[in-house]
This record gives sequence, C-alpha cells and structure tokens, in this order.
Amino acid sequence: MAELNHIAILPILVPMAAVIANLLLGNLRSISRVRLNIAFSVALLLVSILLLVVLARSDGNLAAVYPLGNWPVPFGIVLVADRLAAVMVLVTSILSLAALLYASARWHSRGTNFFPLFHALTMGLNGAFLTGDLFNLFVFFELLLAASYGLTLHGGGRNQVKAALHYIAINLVASFLFLIGVALIYATTGTLNMADIARAVPLIAPDDRGLFDAGAAVLGVAFLIKAGSWPLHFWLPRTYSAAAPPVAALFAVMTKVGFYAILRLWTLVFANSSGPELAFGQNVLLVLGLATITFGSIGALSSKALDRLASYLILVSAGTLLLAVGYNAPGVTSGALYYVVVATLAAGALFLLKDVIDQILPAEAQVLAVSLEIYGDEEEGPDDSDEVSRTVPGAATLVSWCFAIAALIMAGLPPLSGFVSKFAMISAALGAGPTAATWWFIAALIISGFLVLVAMVRNGINIFWTSLPQSESTRVRTAEIAPIVVLLALCVVLAVAAGPAMAFFAETATFIHSPHGYMDVVLPKGTGS
Amino acid sequence: MELILAAAIGVLAASGVYLILRPRTFQVIIGLSLISYAVNLFILAMGRLRMDAAPILDGANANPADYVDPVPQALVLTAIVIGFAMTALFLVVLLAARGLTGNDHVDGKLD
Repeated sequence: MAELNHIAILPILVPMAAVIANLLLGNLRSISRVRLNIAFSVALLLVSILLLVVLARSDGNLAAVYPLGNWPVPFGIVLVADRLAAVMVLVTSILSLAALLYASARWHSRGTNFFPLFHALTMGLNGAFLTGDLFNLFVFFELLLAASYGLTLHGGGRNQVKAALHYIAINLVASFLFLIGVALIYATTGTLNMADIARAVPLIAPDDRGLFDAGAAVLGVAFLIKAGSWPLHFWLPRTYSAAAPPVAALFAVMTKVGFYAILRLWTLVFANSSGPELAFGQNVLLVLGLATITFGSIGALSSKALDRLASYLILVSAGTLLLAVGYNAPGVTSGALYYVVVATLAAGALFLLKDVIDQILPAEAQVLAVSLEIYGDEEEGPDDSDEVSRTVPGAATLVSWCFAIAALIMAGLPPLSGFVSKFAMISAALGAGPTAATWWFIAALIISGFLVLVAMVRNGINIFWTSLPQSESTRVRTAEIAPIVVLLALCVVLAVAAGPAMAFFAETATFIHSPHGYMDVVLPKGTGS
Repeated sequence: MELILAAAIGVLAASGVYLILRPRTFQVIIGLSLISYAVNLFILAMGRLRMDAAPILDGANANPADYVDPVPQALVLTAIVIGFAMTALFLVVLLAARGLTGNDHVDGKLD
C-alpha cells in the first residue's frame, strides 16, 4: 500500500512546515498568527488520527514503511510507523494541540520565538517515534532537545536559566553516551537500521558479543537519562517545574521518548533472546523501575507546590513504565501502553491546571503553600484583557473537578482510566505465572498509587478547602480551561472505551513482542530471518 | 596507531569528565567540548583504523577490502555539527546565567 507509506512522514513534515512558516512570518504578534499556528497543530492532529485509524483498521502486522530518498533498506534511513509509533505520535499531537491552545491565550507572548520552537519540539518528538534508524533517532533526539532548551528558557527568569543550565549540561553528556553506544553497536553489527540490528545480533561473533553488550548498555544509560530513571533523574523535577506551564505540559511526553526507545530496542533485540543479557536487562530495569517509583512517590509526598508534585508524578509514571518493560510479557506491555497514553495526557493536564490555579488563588494563599521564589517573577501578561479572556461562572468548581479527576487518574483509583491501566498490568502479570518479581511489581504499583493519592489529596485540601478566594476574584479564561477539560475528558473516554482500547493495545503488544514482526515489515522479503 | 588513538581518546575523555565535575560553568563547557572530541574520535575508530584508503568505491569491480568504511565518517560529520551547535547554545545560556546571577558558579551562588 504505497499511499499508506507516505502517511508515515507527514507527522514530521507538518510541524516542519509550521516552523518554516513561523520563521518567514517573523516575530509579529497578531491574532492571525496565533490562528495559523493552531491550524498547523490541528492539521498535525488530523494526520496523526489518520495514521492511527489506517493502522487500526488493518490487521496488527501492518506498518507504514517510508524509505527516505527511496534508498533500499537497510542502506538508507527508513521511517517506520507501526501501531506503537502511531499511538505515541497521536498522544504527542493531542498534547501539543492542547498546550498550544493554552499558550495562545497568554503564554506565547512572554518571550520570543515560542511558536517555531514549539513546533520544532513536536517535530523532534514525532521523528523520534517514527524513525527506524538508530543514528536518525539521535538526530531527532538532538532536534527535540535543542527546541526544549529554548522552550525551557521561555519567559525566562533566574530560575529558568539555572534549571536550563543543568538540563542542557546533563543532556549533552547523555547525547555523548548515545553516540558512544551507537558507535559500538555499529562496530559490532555493521548496520544502524533497528530491524537490521535485530537481524544481525544473533550472528555477532562471540568475541564481539561483549562489545555489543557494552554498546547496548551505554545506549541504555542514555535512554534512561531521558526517561527520568533513578538515579539519573535529578534534572527532571527542577527543569519541569521551572518551565512555563504549556511547555512543561508538552515535556510530559518527552520522558516517554526514553521509554519508547527502551521498549523498542528491548523488544527488538533482547526480549526474545535467551542469553545472559536478557536476565541482566530484566533485573536492571526492574530494580531501576522500583527505585524510580519509590523516589517519585516520596518526592510527591514531600512536594508543597503543584508543579513539583506533577514533576514527581512524571517520575512515578516513568518508574511504572520501566517496571513494565522489564517485566517482558506482552500482556503487561499492553497495559503499559494504555498507561502511557493516560498518564501522559493527565500529567499534561495537571501542569496546565497548576497555572490556572495560580491565577485563581490570591497571592497570600500561595505563600502558605509554596516558596515565593518559584512564583516571584510572574507578572500578568500584557494582553490581559484581549478577546480571549472571559469569566466562566463557577470556574472554581470546574477547576476543582478537573483536579479531582486528575488525582483519580494519577493515583489509579476506580472508576477512571488510571485504574483500568494498573488493573490490566497487574492481572496480566498474575496471569503470566507469578514469580518474586510479580509481587514486587504489584506492591510497587499499589503502594505508589496510595502515596500519590495521599499527596494529591493533601495538595487538593491546601488549594481548594483552605484558601479558595471569594467568587468575585475567580476568573478563568475559556481558552485556558478548555484544553484541560478536553485532555481529562479524553482520559475518561478511554476509561469508557476500555474494551476496544485494550484489545487494540493487546494486538500492538503482541506485534512488538513477536520475534520477527517488526523485522519482516521493515526488511525486504528474503533478508529477514 | 591503535595505542596512540586509544590513549588520545582516553586522555580527552578523562580530562573532559574531570572538567564537567568542576563548579565553574566555563570549566563545564570546556569539559563538554573535550568529551565531544573524544566521542568523535571514538566514532571514527569504530569504522576500523586504516591508513591510506579511500572511503569512496571506485569502479564496478572494486574490492571492498581495499577501502575504508565511509559510514562512520558520515556519522562523525553529523556528530561534529550537532555537538558544535549544542555547545554554542550552551554558551549562550552560560552567558545568560552569568548575567542574571552575577557569578559563574553552576548553581548560581558562590558558596
């Protein structure tokens, strides 16, 4: 299906066109420019939906393969959109549209070049999800990181610059580790195409095997830094809570790139092997996942500000996902895929919600809960009274409902989708035959859910019960609350449609766990083993 | 040849790691640069070391054994460009931090 293959590159081309259009238009501030950017984001969302629908309507073994420049695989760079990539691209598109809508009310004019950097970040994210080439993955990583450096500094004050300094330094080191890992893998397998690497790994000479394992381990460390795994996560809470809220919301999907890369290479190269690497990798992922969940939960308990809390919740979800990858069972992976969608959307909504609550709460109430340092440099935007601002009646009720829904999803309580995802993972883990790891896995999920619930409830009480102001000061912009409501509504819809969604994710997980599925799709007939 | 290259990579990487762990932003950026040189040499070495061999095949029935692997050279070119751009970007943030905090400590305070 040639038409299908061309869809695979569209999620990269649409944001690229948006970046170019923004650069050509210069830095003018007009409402039509905001509309143009929203139109680009909507177009990206439509393309992503199209890609996912086409893949979902065919059987699970189909993927859109787009060889760039029509170079034959494995000599050229190839884009591969299988269901896993398509889901991640769709999540990115939804979150970027929501964050862009939110930012277009107020935040985009806090600094220069917000829109081109924002679309560049989206482009890098989509590219990282779609590429089937290891070095191309590095290039897209750098692209999204470069854009994220700029966005971290957006609306910059002292705190942002300090956080960005640490963030850039740690990510530059991670990039060098990435390059070392890629070089070692190229040296031992002679290829950079992921499917071709999976084909070549069993053929590596025993003498070179150690070198390949070292390369894979170094590469894994680079991905774990991006995924926010303990003990490589110390940059994360500070950067995410210092970044502007719409930027932080989109950053919620950035740690998932690390998770995606680990899942992709793990299932391709190691999941079906039987060497010592399998046991080693599983142990490392399980231990790191447990440590990350523990650290994230304790951090969430200790956070007094909502943005810090949301950052630690990102760590909790990162730990949960690492545990699920380390568990290495298709059932658990399908639950984890459901979880990654829900957790990303809810975390993005929480970062946006924090900013809305900041506007509702009087300053003296904030002093009680958080240190002034974080909020000290925030002044009202220049376009405070333009046409998007409108008073919503009962805004505080709406905001508190959004908070409650986000809390339920994050803690994994029934009846919302957070519970469905955790239930799916736990029941699959039990169904696959309980071992010692199963009980650690279940305990980690349940206890972290409890601790997150305590942290969320405590923050909710601080915000909504002790310090909610009188009704006349409660103003919320429609353009700002709408994306939050939509993100949380999507999570609720996922809970209602849990049956078809889980069936879809189960097929996806079966595909990526099958030994030759990805290789057969990417490599030309006859070369795949 | 192998020993010289390995020693060069090792010395560059070790100096870079030491400098990255220093408290001044300028030391950090020099450390990052040194590590990027080490990594670039490392990528080049991963294509096997060969003297006096061209990376471009010449003629239809050329023997691949006579040529050096061109892929690491393409990779290292990309890595150099990206590393250079990122270092330049880091330099700008470094200057912004220096301007905003008044000193060049990585945490923005002297003690």
